[in-house]
Amino acid sequence: MIPKTEIEMAETIREAKSPIALHGGGSRGLSVHGDPIKTTGLNGITLYEPGSLTLVAQAGTPILDIEAALAAEGQRLAFEPMDSRGLTGSAGASTIGGVVAANNSGPRRVSVGACRDFLLGVRFIDGMGRAISNGGRVMKNVTGYDLAKLMAGSWGTLGVMTEVSLKVLPNPEMTGVLLLNGLDDQAAVAVMSKALGSPFEVTGAAHAPVGVDGHPVTMLRLEGFEESVTYRLDALRQHLASDAEQVIETSPDRTTAGWKWVRDVELFHGRKGNVWRVSVKPSDAPALVSRIENDAVLYDWGGGLIWLLCPEDEDVRSKMHGVQGHATLVRGEGHLLFHPEPTAIVKLSQGLRAKFDPRGLFNQGLMG
Amino acid sequence: MEMPLPDQTVLARKAEIVALLRRVLPAGSVIDAPEETYAYECDALTAYRCPPLAVVLPETTEQVAAALKICHEQNVPVVPRGAGTSLAGGAMPTSDAVIIGIAKMNEVLETDYDNRIIRVQTGRTNLSVTGAVEENGFFYAPDPSSQLACAIAGNIAMNSGGAHCLKYGVTTNNLLGARLVTIEGDIIDVGGPYMDAGGLDLLALICGSEGQLGIVTEATLRILPKPEGARPILIGFDDNEVAGACVSDVIKAGILPVAIEFMDRICIRATEDFAGAGYPDCEALLIVEVEGSDAEIDAQLERISEIAQKHNPVELRQSQSAEESAKIWLGRKSAFGAMGQINDYMCLDGTIPVSQLPLVLRRISELSEEFGLKVGNVFHAGDGNMHPLILFDANKPGDLEKCEDLGAEILKLCVSVGGCLTGEHGVGVEKRELMTHQFSADDLDIQMAVKDVFDEKWLLNPAKVFPLSVSASRRGPQEVNR
Repeated sequence: MIPKTEIEMAETIREAKSPIALHGGGSRGLSVHGDPIKTTGLNGITLYEPGSLTLVAQAGTPILDIEAALAAEGQRLAFEPMDSRGLTGSAGASTIGGVVAANNSGPRRVSVGACRDFLLGVRFIDGMGRAISNGGRVMKNVTGYDLAKLMAGSWGTLGVMTEVSLKVLPNPEMTGVLLLNGLDDQAAVAVMSKALGSPFEVTGAAHAPVGVDGHPVTMLRLEGFEESVTYRLDALRQHLASDAEQVIETSPDRTTAGWKWVRDVELFHGRKGNVWRVSVKPSDAPALVSRIENDAVLYDWGGGLIWLLCPEDEDVRSKMHGVQGHATLVRGEGHLLFHPEPTAIVKLSQGLRAKFDPRGLFNQGLMG
Repeated sequence: MEMPLPDQTVLARKAEIVALLRRVLPAGSVIDAPEETYAYECDALTAYRCPPLAVVLPETTEQVAAALKICHEQNVPVVPRGAGTSLAGGAMPTSDAVIIGIAKMNEVLETDYDNRIIRVQTGRTNLSVTGAVEENGFFYAPDPSSQLACAIAGNIAMNSGGAHCLKYGVTTNNLLGARLVTIEGDIIDVGGPYMDAGGLDLLALICGSEGQLGIVTEATLRILPKPEGARPILIGFDDNEVAGACVSDVIKAGILPVAIEFMDRICIRATEDFAGAGYPDCEALLIVEVEGSDAEIDAQLERISEIAQKHNPVELRQSQSAEESAKIWLGRKSAFGAMGQINDYMCLDGTIPVSQLPLVLRRISELSEEFGLKVGNVFHAGDGNMHPLILFDANKPGDLEKCEDLGAEILKLCVSVGGCLTGEHGVGVEKRELMTHQFSADDLDIQMAVKDVFDEKWLLNPAKVFPLSVSASRRGPQEVNR
């Protein structure tokens, strides 16, 4: 089913008799049991005010349409959502609702925040078929509970999002990348921490032990007005005082391609194995990775996000004793698998699901 | 304002309840003498007062849990309290409620500069979090104007903002983890020193839930490296609309100032009389602050000047030094005090889409005339968070009511142009009855359903956030006290 309006969507949910598998563009390769309902009929930008840094769109609007509309005004989604198709091997055009449902946040999350931090409001249909509005289209809003952020990253298990409103940011005039070659993981995370702890506003910090040319590469991104980026590239270099070989890259094509490579985890594209996404305290990352049998690894968010390509029998979670954080199996046997949570959290999460979706319709079993 | 009538059975069992609490808490941590509970009868919404049944001031998370467990078993309402600086009555008690305050819990538990986090007990004041890390070049970004006094617990409960959130976000964007004590006395860690949730984002629910879902005793907060420097530019205009257009043009030009503050003529004049900051006598004043190295600041201020020049400003003053910056900020920072010199005032907190600024300012001045009360406007223009200050005379019979009615009209106006009732102060008791103007019955029902999950008996801050008639069936059949 592809309802065309929020009212139709609400009717569809109200009349549903059996579990529903919710789909946006289908770009994340989820396999969920249930009657498929697609949000792609809810398509279009409802409101865009560049001077207010605000965009409101129907949930099924393709992300490419949104990015194009923003680019026309020199703006962007600052949380840099990834294109996950290369990783999950799926086709389809990612939708803004899907991006929000997955709280899909790329390299810039480390400095400006995640998708959920840019989400100003949502409209959704709950399990009773009621159209619910929460948040709004303004940047500061503490009126009532923040259900919008709860919906972000709930993977369609609490309701069907029909509209989202987002804060957007201006495109920078220039991007500069400082590349450090040859660092081991420990040293790379230390350098990234030092860079992120500097006043130069590093907006990306990633490390690949095996980069495009087969050697370790650490990438630090600066964005802003040209005079500022030029100054900061130099100031950052002095601040880091690293012995590593250093290269500065300012070509727009190459810096864009480089961060897309990180964002979309292109290192893993076309390779066999399970893909794990691990979220930890950056300083815990290198030691954890050394304990895990893997074929490839990519550190993003200064080490706070680890992408791992592992043999199918490697259980990443069993290696996480004493490490705070969580590991999600993004690609492997079956589908997306979330990290088991403590009993008290499970109880609250189940309690919420029972209220939002009392008939157990939405994406059953997806999040546990 | 209405509050539910106190539960007579709780009032009658006061001695028994206090004795139960004393059994699990250290000596001196349970206060029940009327002359002492008096100090807790209100928060910063001082127009409304009511002494609580008792006050509990635990020293550990476990003691908070023990006290909550007893209140839960004994069906006693609980009002969580940080530093009591809420402007919305978030910490205002009822006579049948036990206040649980975390003021004694104010330690820094861990600072970790490599991972840019600090873990604190939530009784710690906002400013002292920055105080704990600033020697190492870091700061905690949310900066509500009460930051000298307000506690992190209250910041989390109300999702506090501040002047610099245009760039750095509000509390929810800077909170990574919380140790939450539930009404049943369970201690739960939500989130932690990593950058996203492993399952449902419960942290987002807890932040801004106004003490209705549990009591947060420890918080893991994001700390940021201090910028090299910051300096403002002051721009005066003869027209509010033009000032609004200038804000929009600055934002569209790709400049992201750390703060854009706006003052109208009433506030400008009041602060000039009070603080003598040397502001021009004009219709609207903008203070725009940018950060970076000296050269970067100069370049950004130059860009802003160029944009402002196109709007024919009556004054343009670029700060060149710390001294000049302080002078520019002096008036803005003393605006509330200055208005307080003129008369009593009520500070509103609605947010509007920035594009609606001229319309809203025009309507506010019409409403001001209609009600015969002066309204000054000082607010965070970059994010549309307005702070209309309504002047009234608390000693004049009927003036407070008239002021509240005008306030309600202004907040409804904010909602009608696509904004909201409260941008950073919270709903509390103050805006509770206006919630139906922003939310449908279903919108409110599902929010209340969240509370049902965390607090089935509705004991935590029960008469807040939701209109009394809307929450009545959940709170149980109670009469209402006018």
